[in-house]
Amino acid sequence: MKGKKTSESYCLGIESTADDFGVGISTFNGKILANIISAYIPPEGGIHPREAARHHAKVGNKVLEEAFQKAGIKPRDLSIISFSQGPGLGPCLRTGATVARALASYLDIPLVGVNHCVAHIEIGKLKTGAEDPVTLYVSGGNTIVSAFDSGRYRVFGETLDVALGNCLDVFAREAGLHQRVGEPFGAVVEKLAANGKKLIHLPYTVKGMDMSFSGLLTAVINLLKKGEYKLEDLCYSLQETAFSMVTEVTERALAHTEKKEVLLTGGVAANKRLQLMIKAIAEEHDADFSVMPREFAVDNGAMIAWTGILAYKHGVVTPIEKSFVKLRWRLDEVEVPWVE
Amino acid sequence: MGGMKQPLLVKKGAEASLYLADWHGRKVIMKKRLPKKYRLSELDEQIKTYRTTHEPQLIHKAKKTGVPTPAIFLVDVKNATIIMEFVEGKQVKKLLSEVSKSERQRLCFRIGELIGRLHKNGIIHGDLTTSNMILNSEGKIFFVDFGLGEKSKELEARGVDLHLMKRALQSTHFRFAKECFDTVIEGYSKVLGSETAKNVLDKIKQIEKRGRYIAERKGD
Repeated sequence: MKGKKTSESYCLGIESTADDFGVGISTFNGKILANIISAYIPPEGGIHPREAARHHAKVGNKVLEEAFQKAGIKPRDLSIISFSQGPGLGPCLRTGATVARALASYLDIPLVGVNHCVAHIEIGKLKTGAEDPVTLYVSGGNTIVSAFDSGRYRVFGETLDVALGNCLDVFAREAGLHQRVGEPFGAVVEKLAANGKKLIHLPYTVKGMDMSFSGLLTAVINLLKKGEYKLEDLCYSLQETAFSMVTEVTERALAHTEKKEVLLTGGVAANKRLQLMIKAIAEEHDADFSVMPREFAVDNGAMIAWTGILAYKHGVVTPIEKSFVKLRWRLDEVEVPWVE
Repeated sequence: MGGMKQPLLVKKGAEASLYLADWHGRKVIMKKRLPKKYRLSELDEQIKTYRTTHEPQLIHKAKKTGVPTPAIFLVDVKNATIIMEFVEGKQVKKLLSEVSKSERQRLCFRIGELIGRLHKNGIIHGDLTTSNMILNSEGKIFFVDFGLGEKSKELEARGVDLHLMKRALQSTHFRFAKECFDTVIEGYSKVLGSETAKNVLDKIKQIEKRGRYIAERKGD
């Protein structure tokens, strides 16, 4: 481990699975020194992977510099580099991986590839103190209910098609709403829903432990186009229906695993209504409820840095020649030897 | 609901609570869908009423096709409560990890046949997990909990049903999930014929590819 000048060991983590480019720096004891995120906001439409990747390449240097400045350390102080190896959008992942490989080679320190979904759970445990939670991870790309069992985070329930966050985003775009830095589509829909009063009947699709949002999305867009309902009521009904679905599945996982903690994370975790619902089922099953603060709930580099440390301490390193990105790397494919 | 003596809570599920009770001298299961505080009461009512009326219908229909299910004694829609026969036996979930390989395969083959019968007669269980299957002392496998079921003969619905079975095996019996699922499909094919079974298997692949992160998904 060349270049280590201080007594502390540090890891720099790079996150670039989708529209956010993030760099985090953590000490080996789990103190997060920096967590800088630059979000790509498309001028219109959804995320174009190539455009997002271009954004990441453009802001990469600046975000790295800012992270080092915030942490008060120099590149030579780092012990390892970790990066989001998947799952996610190809061009975005490859941009982050390229930066990570270059840094690790230049500094001649180990590289650690991290699973993005595992990282969300690990930073959740670090920040909330939860030890063995049922995790509901809801974002633009993921809707997963998971819990640890026999060496891995098992997936108890997930979406059969689109992710919950994506469902809200697509509806918001169809409704002609706009997002901006600090106020993503989810927040815009939440604000409108707060003024909704009338519950409109929409498809509620829970299949076993899994759920489907595509039928719900189509139905609510069709109603929107008919123009017979107030947008506030549509947002309200969409939220109530979709959130009830994920809450039912989370409760089923909680009843099944009999775990005593529930962790809510991902971009959609910021929604106050969803927080209330998940809190209610946690109380119902005498489980502790925690929700991640937004900074660590959205895609971020700190979670990658911290998970990189956990993996590295358990002998996981990723040689450059094996550091290709894995676009569809499932949460339940990853061995997590650091969890008891 | 007269004649009920001190019900004992045996399972607090997410979807409903199950009580073991004595009802007119019979040992029964009282399945009660309690209001969910997290849902709007309007939505809660809709879901509870729908499930309380549909579940007994499906249970009854399944029994007529020769799939063992508990006998329904009383349906109280207003209180979202169903009173049904208590099936004494062992959950297949617990059995699968205890028994020998040959017994495990025998059970899985039988489960496949029973799912085949349901599907052949237009019943989708909706929550095929090994905890919803009970082996009684006579060696019959009972299917319970049709709360998320539906009536359908569509390939899509059949595919999702079996996909759920596969996922349940993967999350609870990961050590021999593949072996079990392959055997379930053998039993299923015996009832529905190899061509229909193949179509359903192809559908499952399609359904899996729709999921977010699946290695075999095309296009990248």
